[in-house]
Amino acid sequence: MNNLASTPVATPSARAGTPLVEMRDIRIAFGGVHAVDGVSVDLHPGEVVGLLGHNGAGKSTLIKILAGAYRPDSGEIRINGAKADIGNPRDAKRYGIETIYQTLALADNVDAAANLFLGRELMTPWGTLDDVAMEAATREVMGRLNPNFRKFKEPVRGLSGGQRQSVAIARAIHFNAKILIMDEPTAALGPQETAQVAELIKHLKAEGIGIFLISHDIHDVFDLADRVSVMKNGKLVGTASTADVTKDEVLGMIILGKSPPGAVAGPGASN
Amino acid sequence: MSDTTTAPPAPTSAPKGAPATAPTTFIGALEIDIRFLGMIGALAAIWIVFDFLADGTFLTPRNLWNLSVQSSSIAVMSTGMVLVIVMRHIDLSVGSILGVTGMIMAVFQASYLMPTFGFNNPAVMALTLVAGIAAGAAIGALHGFVIAYLGVPAFIVTLGGLLVWRGAAWAVAQGKTIPLTDDNFKLLGGGADGSIGATWSWVVAAFACLAIVFAAIQARRQRQRFHFPLKPLWAEVVTISVGCLAVVAATLVVNAYTLPANLARRYAESAGLTIPPEGISISFGYAVPVLVAVAVGIVMTFITTRTRFGRYVFAIGGNPEAAELAGINTKRVTLTVFALMGALAAIGAAISTARLNSATNAQGTLDELYVIAAAVIGGTSLAGGSGTIAGAMIGALVMQSLQSGMVLMRVDTPYQNIVVGIVLVFAVWIDTVYRKRFK
Repeated sequence: MNNLASTPVATPSARAGTPLVEMRDIRIAFGGVHAVDGVSVDLHPGEVVGLLGHNGAGKSTLIKILAGAYRPDSGEIRINGAKADIGNPRDAKRYGIETIYQTLALADNVDAAANLFLGRELMTPWGTLDDVAMEAATREVMGRLNPNFRKFKEPVRGLSGGQRQSVAIARAIHFNAKILIMDEPTAALGPQETAQVAELIKHLKAEGIGIFLISHDIHDVFDLADRVSVMKNGKLVGTASTADVTKDEVLGMIILGKSPPGAVAGPGASN
Repeated sequence: MSDTTTAPPAPTSAPKGAPATAPTTFIGALEIDIRFLGMIGALAAIWIVFDFLADGTFLTPRNLWNLSVQSSSIAVMSTGMVLVIVMRHIDLSVGSILGVTGMIMAVFQASYLMPTFGFNNPAVMALTLVAGIAAGAAIGALHGFVIAYLGVPAFIVTLGGLLVWRGAAWAVAQGKTIPLTDDNFKLLGGGADGSIGATWSWVVAAFACLAIVFAAIQARRQRQRFHFPLKPLWAEVVTISVGCLAVVAATLVVNAYTLPANLARRYAESAGLTIPPEGISISFGYAVPVLVAVAVGIVMTFITTRTRFGRYVFAIGGNPEAAELAGINTKRVTLTVFALMGALAAIGAAISTARLNSATNAQGTLDELYVIAAAVIGGTSLAGGSGTIAGAMIGALVMQSLQSGMVLMRVDTPYQNIVVGIVLVFAVWIDTVYRKRFK
């Protein structure tokens, strides 16, 4: 398991060079339940890794550890090869890790700009909030993401699902993310908006950003991801390049925990 | 993508996503908060109805001046309650904190400061206030610590605080009433001495108008910096004029309230003024507690709308989890909000002890309910995440107007309570309907 990244012949897509992110043997338990139990995953620049598994498999918990929302009980996180100490969301952001949560994590009662800069407000020289500068920056980034967006003065409560999603995405990409975590990014979206998100992911990938794409639905992920890592009951079933496995085989990993020949089996594999 | 620490350079043309047209509706152009307008309307309606029912005794300079003084203490505390409720908490202990800090201030003044500094030394007032506010902030911080770091619900912590600090108020002086000794401190209570008179009231009014104009210009400049659509010029003029007219009207009212002729003569004699043959007219002008309340309101509005802390309070109220994930130290913000509430309760205590000229054991009893009612009537949602300082202060004025009006109508206290209770529920119902309809 631990030789996943360092064995170049394991999968064709295992790349040379230092991975952007390595999470090694991560464990966390909540009241005796091992939500994440010895999971190791990695991510290279410009790569999309799909993190798959049923609801409750531990995907969201794993990425919340990377995002700084939880502290793991044990395990190691390396960013660009160097050991990273991520104790809170602020630390994670310092490492260039930005997260788009499934719930979007927006404060519904304030406007788009306030959400975009939440926790990193632009200030005037007098130490007060520079709302106008924040609105200008928001208009700029939203102009690229969602040119039809107009509701800059409204609390985000009044926005549609897609608009809220674009605010959450804008927040992640505005701050020059190097590592992007997207938790079920298209769960609340219509077909057209889903296609937009897919376009965006390709665009960000081309810029060299590494993306973790979390989903319980293989169809959302398979075409976009370079590799998939599958979790079941808190353990890693296996990791595979999407070129080496079929959708059915990945489904088998998700449902049965069966690691196919094209994948590198993890400790959670049943065979 | 811009750097996080420096503001992005101003774009040379209108930014993408800027609305193509300026708002066209009348209300839209003025950028008026409809809810706030509704509250002013409700207040006006209450005043007119009471004036009618109380045979023209309500809308007199004397009554309105009294109303302003009586509302001050609750208004000061309601500004803090807005932040507490916005964060989805509640503070049931403010009345008791008022009681204990009032007692601490009176005892500290009478037993320690007066003997040290002597009679009416300016330091006595300053140190009394410092001690009271520090005690209030410490009590609030203690509540905040238990709520944020030990995870006990605010309702329980402050319910306990209600009992603890009321008991502590008794313990400070073994239930005795402590008279205030410092004349400077008594100015905080209002009255003829605790008012600034006609001339200074006009000075204050002039400064207020200048501030309104300056704020409008500043806001306009900020928007020009980024080429945002500007408010139409006529709308700016209307807003500024309405604001200044309100200031002038309030000043005219408080200056129209004059000392009775014989008191005025005595006052003039003691001040060494020559009395003209037709008699002398001495205006009260703005009362000191009212100025304190307005200053607190301005500072608190600044804190809620212009600082990081205020932004975080609202974000936490809107979505605590999101605030946490954004890296906000929600526990520290919670502690600070309760400490601020405690400090404001101490300012309320200074005003109400000064008004009574003494600290009593029962002072501030039930104030927590009036403060919460003021905040809620003023549009603060108990679901958290929304509320304004100005609204809460108007709410305090509404509560006091109801009471004062019923006193003028000679309604007995139990019936006053019935009416106030019904109005509170009614106001929140209206607010609920409003939110469903417009949000």
